[in-house]
Formats: sequence, C-alpha cells, structure tokens
Amino acid sequence: MRFEVAVMRFSDFSAADVTRPHPNPQNNLAFFRLRFLTGLQYRAAALAGVATQFAWGFMEIKVFLAFHRTNPAAFPMTLGQLSSYLWLQQAFLAFFMAWLMEGELFDCIGGGGVAYELCRPINLYDMWFARSAATRLSAGLLRCFPILIVAAFLPEPYRMHAPADPVTALLFLLTMVLGLLVTVAVCMIVYMLTFFTISPLGLRLLFSMAAEFFQGAVIPLPFFPRPIQAVMELSPFAAMQNVPLRVYSGNLAGHALLRAVALQLFWIFALVMLGKWLNALAIKKTTVQGG
Amino acid sequence: MNSKNDMNTPSRHKVSALRLYGHYLSIHLRSVMQYKASFLMTAFGQFLVSFNMFLGIYFMFDRFGSVEGFSYSEVLLCFSVMLTEYSLGECIARGFDTFDGMVRRGEFDRVLTRPRHEILQVLGHKIELSRFGKLAQAIVMFAYGVTHSGVTWNAGRMLTVFLMLLGGTALFCGIFLIYAVLCFYTLEGLEFMNILTDGAREYGKYPISIYGKRMMQFCTFIIPYALVQYYPLLYLIGRSDNFLYGLLPLLALLFLIPCYLLWKVGVRHYRSTGS
Amino acid sequence: MIVMKNICKTYKVAKRNAGFKEAARSFFRREYENVQALDHISFTVQDGETVGYIGPNGAGKSTTIKILSGILTPDSGECLVDGRTPWKNRIDHVAQIGVVFGQRSQLWWDVPVIDSFELLRDIYSVPHAAYRDNLDELTELLDLGELLRTPARQLSLGQRMRCELAASLLHSPKILFLDEPTIGLDAVSKIAVREFIVKRNQTHNTTVLLTTHDMQDIEAITKRIILIGKGRLLLDGSLEDIRRGGEDIDKTVAELYRSYEI
Repeated sequence: MRFEVAVMRFSDFSAADVTRPHPNPQNNLAFFRLRFLTGLQYRAAALAGVATQFAWGFMEIKVFLAFHRTNPAAFPMTLGQLSSYLWLQQAFLAFFMAWLMEGELFDCIGGGGVAYELCRPINLYDMWFARSAATRLSAGLLRCFPILIVAAFLPEPYRMHAPADPVTALLFLLTMVLGLLVTVAVCMIVYMLTFFTISPLGLRLLFSMAAEFFQGAVIPLPFFPRPIQAVMELSPFAAMQNVPLRVYSGNLAGHALLRAVALQLFWIFALVMLGKWLNALAIKKTTVQGG
Repeated sequence: MNSKNDMNTPSRHKVSALRLYGHYLSIHLRSVMQYKASFLMTAFGQFLVSFNMFLGIYFMFDRFGSVEGFSYSEVLLCFSVMLTEYSLGECIARGFDTFDGMVRRGEFDRVLTRPRHEILQVLGHKIELSRFGKLAQAIVMFAYGVTHSGVTWNAGRMLTVFLMLLGGTALFCGIFLIYAVLCFYTLEGLEFMNILTDGAREYGKYPISIYGKRMMQFCTFIIPYALVQYYPLLYLIGRSDNFLYGLLPLLALLFLIPCYLLWKVGVRHYRSTGS
Repeated sequence: MIVMKNICKTYKVAKRNAGFKEAARSFFRREYENVQALDHISFTVQDGETVGYIGPNGAGKSTTIKILSGILTPDSGECLVDGRTPWKNRIDHVAQIGVVFGQRSQLWWDVPVIDSFELLRDIYSVPHAAYRDNLDELTELLDLGELLRTPARQLSLGQRMRCELAASLLHSPKILFLDEPTIGLDAVSKIAVREFIVKRNQTHNTTVLLTTHDMQDIEAITKRIILIGKGRLLLDGSLEDIRRGGEDIDKTVAELYRSYEI
C-alpha cells in the first residue's frame, strides 16, 4: 500500500494550488492551461516524481521476476505484458490512484466554504468533476512521457513494448479515457460522502485501499485465483486501471474486452447518477442546517 | 524593576528532555481528544492501511508457493518485522517526515527562538497519534509473523529480533532525518526520498536477495537495510549459524551519526539563508 | 544592551516570471538575483529603551529581528545582545529573550491556552513558583482570565495576541522583540496591546524592539525610531525628529520614504 507516497504527492499538489486563482467554471480550458503552467513551474517536483515512479516500477518488476524465476509455469501473463502493465501503471499513476484527491475540496466542505460555491449559478457536481478530471489529466500528462520513453529503451525483460496493432492502441486510449472517468466519478462519491461524515481522512483511507486493491494496483488481477478474479472484475474499481493496462498488452481482448468496456460504461453512468443524487442530498442538508 | 520575577539565574534546574517529550505527547493527546470520533476513524483507517500489502503477499504465495527459496512463513516474518520497524520510526520521527510543512510555514524559526535542542522540538512538534493505529496493525502482523514463522525460538534469536527492531527503527528515523535536512535546501522534488522510506517498507517485505546482487550491495554499504533485514533473517530462520549475523543490526545504529552531522550542516545552512 | 555594528545580509532569490514561455524556460534554467537585505546596519539600544523599527515592506525589518533573535547568521558585522552574540550559543541566548511574530502563532491550536503556557514553562525550565507569579501578573495585566481555558483556535485575533504576548514573557526575558504585534487587530485590541507593552517596559525595565507599519503604535509605545529602507539605516532619532515634518506622522513617514526613494 502506498498511501504515504500518496500523501507526499498530494501535498505537492496543494503547494501548486497556492498560486492558482479561482477557476472560472465557464472556461475549463483556461483552468486546465493554468494547472499545466503551475505544474511546469514545479519542475524539480516533476523530475523527482518521474525518478521516483521509475524506481518504483523497476522494483515492482524485480519482484515479479523473482516469482517468475521461482515458478514460471504459474505466471499468468507473459513477462512483456507484465512490464508494460507496470510501466503504464507508473506513467499514468495520476489518472487512476484514488488517493489523489483535492485537499481544497475537502477544506471547502469541512470549512463551510461550500456555502460560497452554492451561491454560484453553476452545478457543484459538474464543476468539481471537471476540476478533478483536469487535475488528473494535467498531472498524468506531465509525468507519463519521460517514463514511457525511458521504459521503451530498457533491456529485456524490463522493456515496455508497443501495442500489437493500431486497433489495440485505439482501444487502449478509449478504455483509458473511460477508466479516468470512472476514477473521477468514484472520487466524487467520496467528496459527496464527506458532507455526511466527520472524518474525511478515514473515509478517504478506506476508499483508497479498496480502490487500490480491486483495480490491480497491489498485484494485477490475473494474479488472483480465478474465482476471486471473476468477482473482483465486477467492481467499479476494476473498471479503472485494470482495463486499459491489460488491453494495451493484449492480455484483455475479444469477448472479455467487450464485457469490460460495457462495465466501464455502466459504472460511469451509475456512479455519476449516485454522485448527483448525493450532491442533491448534501445541498439540501447544507441549506437546511446553514452549513 | 520587579526582582521577584527575575529568575534568569543560569544555575536553575533544566527540565529533562524525556519529561519535555512527555509533555509534548500529552499536548498531542489532549489535541486529538477534541476530535475523538474523527481520531478513532483515522486511527482505524491507519490500522487497515498495510493490509493490502499483506493480501498481496498472501495471493502471490497462493499462486507461486515460494520465492527464491523463501517460504511464505519466512517472508511473513521478514515483512512483519520491517513493517514494525517502519511504523515505529514513523511514530517517533513524524516531525521529520512532515518537516517541509514546518519550514514552509516558518515554524522552524520559532523552534530556533527556544532554548532546547532543535531535534527534540521538531520531534515533539508533530506526534501523529493516529499513526499508532498503523503501529498496532504492524504489531498484529508481527505477532502473526513470529508465531507462524516456524522458527525455534531461543535467547539468541529473540535478541536478534529485538536488535532488528532497534536497528531498523533507528535506520528509518535516520532517513526521515535526511529528508528533513533536504528541506533546508529545497522544498521541491523531495518525493524521491519516498524510495528510501516507503520504498524500503514496500519492497523490504521480501528478503533483499531476491532483487539481485547490486541491490544487496547498495543495501549493505550505502543505506544499510540488509543489516537489519537480510543477514539477521538468515540467522533467524536457521539458514546461517553465524551469530554475528544476528548482531549486525547494531551496526545499522552507526548510520545515525552521519545523519546527525548532516542535520547540523542543514541547520547552519538554514540559519545563514533563512529559508 | 543591544549593539549592532555594520551588519550585512544578502539573500539569493530565484526569479520567477509570469507567462507560459517563461515557465517553460525556467523549467530548464533558473535565474537567481542577490538581494541586499541589510547593508551595514549599526545601532545601539540601551537597557529599558523602547525602539520602533520602521520601514516599508521588504526593507529588512524582519531580517534584523531574525538576526537579533538568533535565527539568522549575518554575512558580516558584529552584534552583541547583553554581551552574547545571538548566532553563537543559540540556546543560552534565546533563553534570555522573548519574541512575538504577529503573523504566526506559537500557541497550540486545539488545546486550552494554559496548556501551551505549561509546555512553555517546561521548555524554558521556569521554576514552578516563578511561573505562577508570572502567570498571575500577566493574567491580570492582559485580562486573560477566561481565555486561559479556551482552545487557541476559538480566540479572536486580539485575544490571541494578548495570549501570544503572555506566552513570550512567561520566562521573564529582559529583552522583547515584537514583529508586527498589532497587525490585523481591531482598535480596542491594539490599545490593549500598546498599553501592556508600555506597562511592561515601565515595571520590568524590559527592553522592547518592535517593527510595525502602524504609526500609532510608534506614538503610543516608543520614544525612539529607527527607519530603514532597502537595507540601509536612514534615520535614528526620536518621534519629535519625525514630527518636525508636520503633525500627521503617517504623511511624514510616507514623505520620508519618497525622499529616500524606497
């Protein structure tokens, strides 16, 4: 479990937030540009982040290699598939890690600043959704390329391979976007539940742990025993990184792939609906109690 | 001039460092008691935090049986000892681990205006009691690991486990201290230090030998993780009869010396730049 | 007695410019510039004096306070506070001084103020009897009564500043450094703080050095003014010296800033 790393990276983000003026909800593009700019200014943080993730990825592969040496027959993926999976996981950490939530939003809810947000003529859920997505997208894009480029030139078995064909690449991009949306939708549920809880930290911990475990961040889902894997794949968390990372290397294809995409779509729909419903409840609660 | 209050005589009795630390601890305790429910939730969350790691190990061994000649119960012992060392280190040295915030908010200036050693003040400044939830989890794992390890316990092996905990905790404290020293120079990009703290806890769950020869060398001579993990583990599980292996964790204590010297240099730098 | 002699201090500051292009460029190369915070500053403060240390933002006021309170080491120059060099033997030095940073609290946020005080008692190793006497006196003068049992987070800014003052005096320092002690306070609290500082100076002969932007602080508390700008000492005199420029002290000071081009 890497919650500690999470907190570090998280504080990284709030540091970058200090210089950021309030987002104009009408112009998410400008907001995104600003995010990207602040991100760029924290160059050392970005470089160190890349180096750190690189080291994590390397160690992670070494663990699996050791198990592979011990009992190659029991290995459920090819080594190439595994390396690709792990590098993509590191490169797009910011897309899928549930613990990467926005401290400002928690402060806003806890500190009663949400009353101001409610005064604006916009939908709170939509704004926060866009904001979370923008944060993840910019953080992920800033960090992914160096990792991917270096990983592509490593010696075997560490090397990251290109996708088998253009269709796979396209499917990867599609499931990636869907996975990102599921991640944001899951986090929105946590923000909304924060309205009803006294301890956002405890809630966040529990959610993050479940998300990490079920989306195959501890060990990829194919390493679990079949029946357990089958159940895990139904969870909304498995619709996050599990799908695109396995699509990329061809570990998930054909009928199973179709089912996974359908599940992704279902979870986006269900989680957004649930989130909006909770949002309405939360607003009612806030207006009735006066914060 | 009011002479009654004039008590700046140098001979007055100094409150001991331990008592002062106890006082800090009691302040933190009283602070969290203001938010009992929230504190318990967070501590509970911390209690569960390392559970994923355990599940990961469990399912990997469920599939593969062993790794590089180490059995499930042996790895479990290794993992639980490392986790306990890390958690202890974190409980003690959380002030260093969050030192970037202290520098950023200028709170270290305040530390410097007080007549006690800076390290004592920094340690006392931040004692995150909810982390004891994590320590509790580590202790549960430790008890499970020790009882399921299949080790025949004798005095020497019990001493070795104790020394592992001592040396490992000191090692983690030392690395947190280095992190704090770096905060004097830059507040950006310190994320890479996670490799040495969280990384060590995460990947120290398996005996270091599985990562290859170069990693062993690094963890023996540069950051001496192997001295508190691999070598004493060999002695514990009977892979080696050399009792010296069981005493190696003591050597890891020496790591604190360069860390402390670095701290001195860092403080001097801070006091000459003020940032 | 405080003696400052030719104290100099330079900082290295990273340039950071606005704009996308600039941000991209600084990603690869960062430029620094040197800022002379203090340029041969010399002055002497006698025991029991109250001195107002004024100047525009960034003039070097806080740097001076930091040097005097042992936080910063200057590049060159000599400084003696009651015979001690602040940046050597830090612990011996800071045991004898009190420091208040107006913008930062030294109280523990979530516990009653009295708990913070008791911790300070242990940090400064104040004997229990002396602590009790001090606390009684400060409680009465600052009207702390109820506040002592209140967590710091529930205090108003003015209430908090009164507690901060008490916290800095529990160990009976002979010298008190105040960095913008009235910033953000309402009129009533400002007056309470000023009256207390004056009284403390009279009853304990405490030397007071305070920085402020509020000229009324200066009028109420200090007999002497030191004006600095861009790191240089521009004027060291009495309130009357400044008054010569006209009755409105704010205007006069603004005029002075202009004339020195700071």
